[in-house]
Amino acid sequence: MTANGNQRPPGTDEPAVPDFADALNAFMSHREDPGMLQLLTPEGALVAPPDRTPGYDPELLRALYRDMVMARGFDTEATALQRQGELGLWPPLAGQEAAQVGSAHALRADDYVFPSYREHAVAWCRGVNPLDIIKLYRGVTNGGWDPRETNFHLYTLVVGSHALHATGYAMGLAKKGSDAAAIAYFGDGATSEGDVAEAFTFAAVHSAPVVFFCQNNQWAISEPVERQLRGPLYRRADGFGFPGVQVDGNDALAVHAVTRAALEHVRAGNGPFFIEASTYRMGAHTTSDDPTRYRRPAEVEHWRARDPIVRLRTHLSHADDTAPVFFEEVEEEARKLAHRIRHDTRILPHPHRLAVFDHVYAEGHAVVDEEREQFEEYHRSFADGETE
Amino acid sequence: MPAERLTLARALNEALRTALEEDSSVLVMGEDVGTLGGVFRVTDGLQKDFGQDRVMDSPLAESGIVGTAIGLALVGYRPVVEIQFDGFVFPAYDQIVTQLAKLHARSHGTIRMPMVIRIPYGGGIGAVEHHSESPEALFAHVAGLKVVSPSNPTDAYWMLWQAIRSDDPVIFFEPKRRYWDTAEVDLSARPDPLHQARVVRPGTDLTLAGYGPTVQLCLEAAEAAVAEGKSLEVLDLRSVSPVDFDTVQRSVERTHRLVVVHEAPVFFGAGAEIAARVTTRCFYTLEAPVLRVGGYHAPYPAARLEKEFLPDLDRVLDAVDHSLAY
Repeated sequence: MTANGNQRPPGTDEPAVPDFADALNAFMSHREDPGMLQLLTPEGALVAPPDRTPGYDPELLRALYRDMVMARGFDTEATALQRQGELGLWPPLAGQEAAQVGSAHALRADDYVFPSYREHAVAWCRGVNPLDIIKLYRGVTNGGWDPRETNFHLYTLVVGSHALHATGYAMGLAKKGSDAAAIAYFGDGATSEGDVAEAFTFAAVHSAPVVFFCQNNQWAISEPVERQLRGPLYRRADGFGFPGVQVDGNDALAVHAVTRAALEHVRAGNGPFFIEASTYRMGAHTTSDDPTRYRRPAEVEHWRARDPIVRLRTHLSHADDTAPVFFEEVEEEARKLAHRIRHDTRILPHPHRLAVFDHVYAEGHAVVDEEREQFEEYHRSFADGETE
Repeated sequence: MPAERLTLARALNEALRTALEEDSSVLVMGEDVGTLGGVFRVTDGLQKDFGQDRVMDSPLAESGIVGTAIGLALVGYRPVVEIQFDGFVFPAYDQIVTQLAKLHARSHGTIRMPMVIRIPYGGGIGAVEHHSESPEALFAHVAGLKVVSPSNPTDAYWMLWQAIRSDDPVIFFEPKRRYWDTAEVDLSARPDPLHQARVVRPGTDLTLAGYGPTVQLCLEAAEAAVAEGKSLEVLDLRSVSPVDFDTVQRSVERTHRLVVVHEAPVFFGAGAEIAARVTTRCFYTLEAPVLRVGGYHAPYPAARLEKEFLPDLDRVLDAVDHSLAY
C-alpha cells in the first residue's frame, strides 16, 4: 500500500498514480480505510504529479512555509522566555506547524475559529498579535485579544469545551443563512471528553457547518493515544453519521487540501466533518512537563525526521527550485519577530490591581461593587498613601 | 393589556412568548420543549407558533445544550435554555461555571453572554430522586452568574422577561411546587428591578426572608403569628445573586431580628451568606443572631420523608420563637 492507501491495480505494468480525490471519497463514503492522506512525502517529494495534486501552487507552498517558520520562531522564543522566568507557562507547538498553518490557510476571513490553547500558528495566520497570546501565558490577562477582530476565539483551557461552542456557533450561522463555517481545534486527548462527543451529536443532528479538526499529536501529556481510544481516531465520526478523514498532519499541502474540501462540504449544508491530522508534539506538553519521563528518545527522533518545516523546505528547494534568498528572508523575518516578542514581553505593563473587578458582569452586580469599594478602601488605609 | 388570571407556569409561558415576539434573536432550547411543550408545559405551544428554528428540541445532553447555547450567544442569539429538573443541571455545570460565567471577564467585556437557564427546582411534589433539589447556592457562589427565583405568577412573568433582556447569564430557578399557583397578572405593569427585594408584608417584631417557594410559607407563618400577637415582616428576596442587602438591612433595622427560610440545605446555603453580611451590617441593631430554616446536610430524602426535610410552618414558627426569646 502506498502512503495514501492506493494499491497498484493488478495486471498493470505502469505504477498507479495515487489519486487524492479517490482516497478522500473513500473516506467520505466509509467504503474502505484508504490510509492516511498525503500529498508530500516526508522526503519532500510529491506523491502524484503536480497536475494531479489538489491545490498545488508553489506560491501557496511558500506562503505556508513562511507562516510555519514564523510560528516556530515565535514559539521557540516564547519557550525560551518561559525558561527565563518571563512567562508563567508556555505550551509549545513545535512539530504541529503544518497541521495548523495548512488548515488555517483553507479558512475564509468570515469563518470562525475555536482554538484550544496550543493553536499559536493558527492565531498567527488569523492575524492575532503573538504578543496577545504571550499576555495570557505571562499572567497579564485570562483572554488577550478581541476575537471579533480576527474571528479567532479566545483560547479555551478546559479541554474539549469549545467543540460545543463551535457547534452552537455553526448552528447560528446556518440559522442566519450564512455560508460561513466554524472550525474547532482540539487534540487526541480531548476526544475522550464528553463535550466532544456531545458536540458531534449536536452538530450531526443539526447538520451544523462545523469542521472538527483534531491534531492527533500522539500524546495527551503523558498518556499515549492508545489510552484514549481503540481503533483509528478518524473513525469516531462514523458512529455519529458524518465523514472522518485521516491526513498526514505534517504535510501542510495535504492538510490544506483536506481542510478546504471539508469546509466546502460543511458550507454546502452537508453537516459536520471530522479531520484527524496525524502529527507530533516535538516538545513538552507545556514548559511544566518533562516528556523524558514517558517518551523514548527513538520515538522523538523518528518524528524529528518528519519535521513539517524541513519537508516543505526540501520540496521547495528541490522540486520548485525556490531561490535560497527566499529561505534567508523568511528566517530573518522570524528572527525579527522573535526579537520584537522578547522586547515587547519584557515591557508589558503589570495589570492594575482593580482589574480584578473588571467585566465580571456586563450590567454590574451589587456585591462586586461593594467588594471593589472595600478593596480600594483597604488600600487607601495604608499610611504611605500608595494609590497605584 | 388587562390583567389576566394565570398560573405561574402559564405566566412563564407568556413571558417566553412575549420575548420571542419582541426579539427575533431569542431562542428557546431544551429537552422536550418543542412538541411536548416541556414536562411542566412551560413552553406549551411555542414551537407551533414560532417554529422549530426558534424553539428547538435538544438532544438529551445538558452540557451540549448549554455549550451550544454559548456558541449561539457568540453569534448573536439570546438563548433561553430549559434544564428539565434541578438535579439534571450538573452535566452542564462545567459549561456554566468554566465558560458561561467567565467569558465576559475573560474577553474584557467584548463578549456578552445574554443567556437564561431556566431550572424547575425545589421539592414538595412527591418526586423521585434528583427531582426536588435546590442547588441555587452552587450558582450564586460563581462570579459572573446571576441567580433569581420568582415566588408568584406576576414576578414569574416580569422576572423572566427581564432576565431574557439582561446581557448577563441568569440562572432562573422556578419553584416547581408553585407552578400551579394562580394570580391576576398585570401584563402592562411596570416591573421592579430584577434584583430588588420586596417587602411583601410589613411587620415590626421580626423579618422573615425567603425566595421562590418559601415566600408563601413565610406569609403563612406571619399570618399564623398574628394570633400570638407577633408582627412579622416578610421579604421576598427574589434574587440570590446579587442579594439586595440594602432592603434586607433596612428591614432588619426596623425589626432587629432576621430568620432566613429556603428549601436548600442551610449548610453553606444562601442563608449563611445573608446571615454573615447582615450581622456585619446590622451588628448593633440585631437583638438575636440571624437564624436559618432550611434543608439538612443530607441528600434530599425519598418522597415519603420530604415533609421532614423541607421547612414547614411549624419549623418557621419555632425559629421565630427562638429568635424572639433572645
